Amino acid sequence: MKKQWFTISVYSENNVGLLNRISGIFLKRHINIESLNVSKSEIENVSKFTIVVNTTEDWTRKIVGQIEKQIEVIKAFYHTDDETIYQESALFKIKSALLFDERQIQNIIKESNSQIVTVSRDFFVLAKTGRRHEIDEMHDALEPYGILQFVRSGRIAVTKEAMPITEILEQAIK
Amino acid sequence: MVQDLVLNLILEPEIGTMEILKEKKSRTTTKKPMRISGAEAIVHCLLAEGVDLIYGYPGGAIMPVYDELYKFQDRLTHILTRHEQGATHAAQGYARVSGRVGVAMATSGPGATNLVTGLADAQIDSTPMVCITGQVPRHLLGSDAFQETDIVGISTPVTKWNYQITKASEIPEILAKAFFIAKSGRPGPVLVDITKNAQFDELDFEYKKCTSVRSYTPVPKIDPRALEQAAELINQAKKPLIVWGQGVILGQAEQELQAFIEKTGIPAAWTIMGESAIPTSHPLNVGMVGMHGNYGPNVLTNECDVLLAVGMRFDDRVTGSLDTYAKQAKVIHFEIDPAEINKNVKADIPLLGDSKESLSLLLPLVKKNTHEDWHQEFKKKDEIEFDTVIKNDLKPTKAGLTMGEVIEAINIASGNRAVIVTDVGQHQMIACRYAKFEQSKSNITSGGLGTMGFALPAAIGAKQGAPDREVVAVIGDGGYQMTIQELGVIFQHQIPVKIVVLNNDHLGMVRQWQELFFESRYASTVMVNPDFVKIAEGYHIEAKRVSERKDLQSTIDEMIASDKPYFLEVKVEKEDNVFPMIPSGASVSDIRLK
Repeated sequence: MKKQWFTISVYSENNVGLLNRISGIFLKRHINIESLNVSKSEIENVSKFTIVVNTTEDWTRKIVGQIEKQIEVIKAFYHTDDETIYQESALFKIKSALLFDERQIQNIIKESNSQIVTVSRDFFVLAKTGRRHEIDEMHDALEPYGILQFVRSGRIAVTKEAMPITEILEQAIK
Repeated sequence: MVQDLVLNLILEPEIGTMEILKEKKSRTTTKKPMRISGAEAIVHCLLAEGVDLIYGYPGGAIMPVYDELYKFQDRLTHILTRHEQGATHAAQGYARVSGRVGVAMATSGPGATNLVTGLADAQIDSTPMVCITGQVPRHLLGSDAFQETDIVGISTPVTKWNYQITKASEIPEILAKAFFIAKSGRPGPVLVDITKNAQFDELDFEYKKCTSVRSYTPVPKIDPRALEQAAELINQAKKPLIVWGQGVILGQAEQELQAFIEKTGIPAAWTIMGESAIPTSHPLNVGMVGMHGNYGPNVLTNECDVLLAVGMRFDDRVTGSLDTYAKQAKVIHFEIDPAEINKNVKADIPLLGDSKESLSLLLPLVKKNTHEDWHQEFKKKDEIEFDTVIKNDLKPTKAGLTMGEVIEAINIASGNRAVIVTDVGQHQMIACRYAKFEQSKSNITSGGLGTMGFALPAAIGAKQGAPDREVVAVIGDGGYQMTIQELGVIFQHQIPVKIVVLNNDHLGMVRQWQELFFESRYASTVMVNPDFVKIAEGYHIEAKRVSERKDLQSTIDEMIASDKPYFLEVKVEKEDNVFPMIPSGASVSDIRLK
């Protein structure tokens, strides 16, 4: 089976230690987590893990089974890139002087649809949200001028199909 | 006599379970919350869960709880094992034989880390167990305090659930949840780590049993359509085969399985964890599958047309090479844990749910059958196995004793009624192959993890979990020495466990592999052993050694007849091998008879 990108979405209780338990499932099978994001979800008091892996569908299905088995996990899903709407965010910290010295930087800002988050005497910060390759392109464009700091978030994603978490929770309470 | 003195001091009159329950009820239905310490609350939680026996080892971070145990010793017996690992295996033995939750307790740091092997064993063998560990006070967490270790982090991969309590007020809810999770659905071990401040601090104690956790579905719903499809497949099958596992015992589905096989006439084989769920003597019981299992069920797995897997998980020691395992068969998988479906073997029809319920719903849908021709094929294979293997194991003509004839002597002496607790290795495979059982929950062994050192402490727990039953621990000379210190528990509490060490002066199973696959290079498998009889006598346990056939049955009869602990060392052939054998990674069809 061929390897491909999968986004694993995990709805869970917000408990200390669950991240360790979930990451251990990947560790046990020697699978690298490409990116990980944990946030609140659309349901009150329910957390959502968004985990990106590059592996076979068979492995992904087994991992999702093991994740779902954890007591504090409400439900876990996996999806291919085609089945999700996904984005990443990145921050670029750049010397302020470059804004005046290098006119090309202004073009990059405009063309990349990025935002200036803050400007100080010494540096300014650009925020960019988009697909991985868009962020990579912006990074490549800015790199020759010098990037003081760069950080990119994990993938966040919503699925095209519905995720019936509320119903699952309602059934569980019954 | 020292022994008598100890007896008088230790043995206390047993309190009837009903009395305990009544008393518990009156305490736990009290409306007004009691203002008590966290440590006392822990004891009340245990009592409310029906616990009357725990295994453990005290230490600094759990001392407040031990202080309460001292006050409650009339209702809650604590057995001091000689090592925390012994506490976990004893709790496992207790749980496996009784179906109740085993409880083990330890202090922080090394006390807690010594539980890890038992937790891993209970996790892989789905044994309900709750472990309670003390932890350094909340304000010292993360400071590398004395005997601090991150046991929640360490135990995460080997527990069904774990939790760290840092506030006294959390105790009742978390312990209730711990017991619910440990015993519900597919059972497993739970560890609750409790900081010392939470043991000292007071709380308003009220106990409510946990009956659900919103994010956790212990038993998936049965799909009636899958049942119908399964029935159709079973009714059309010409050569169906059942392989059952421990799920049948955990789900108390023994009678349902027996009724099902008796109606359908389907030959039924077992994994070692499932052994004893159906009596050995049952005509439809066709024996053991797996690496050292019987010839018939192994080979015929690759000839059956429908394979019904009931409460088993297709462990690699059962399947051999998956690429060649039952490829011709349609597979119906009865399973409580959705993560097991299609994990190793693809299920054509997954039957999720409790096997007790699934089997009873399926029973009226299946047709009566006998499958006589198909059974003949098992009989033919049995004859081959008898002539090439079993005859030599049970009725040897050579001078040296075989492990098989020792097991047979135990069968005879106990009338097939004993609980057999085994360790890991050759003696374990021989015991699983030749022990005969009439009653469920009688074969207690470390199946999935293969934990040497399991048997002696597990036998202690098994005897205490089933005091009316004969408990015989069968152990190799290697594994025995891994937890030999638990003889101290047997002595102190005069637990009438019968211990049989099958001594071949080798780590026999590893030696067998070295002989077969490493050109007889016996790297570190030869053991120079101590005088085991003297060691047992040092603990004031009656001890004998047998090295000749003429003494075997009479000594085992004497051992079984004794109502005290008894140690028996049997000197067996040093270089016997266990056959049949499916070499690691080979197909079940390629099972070797010699």
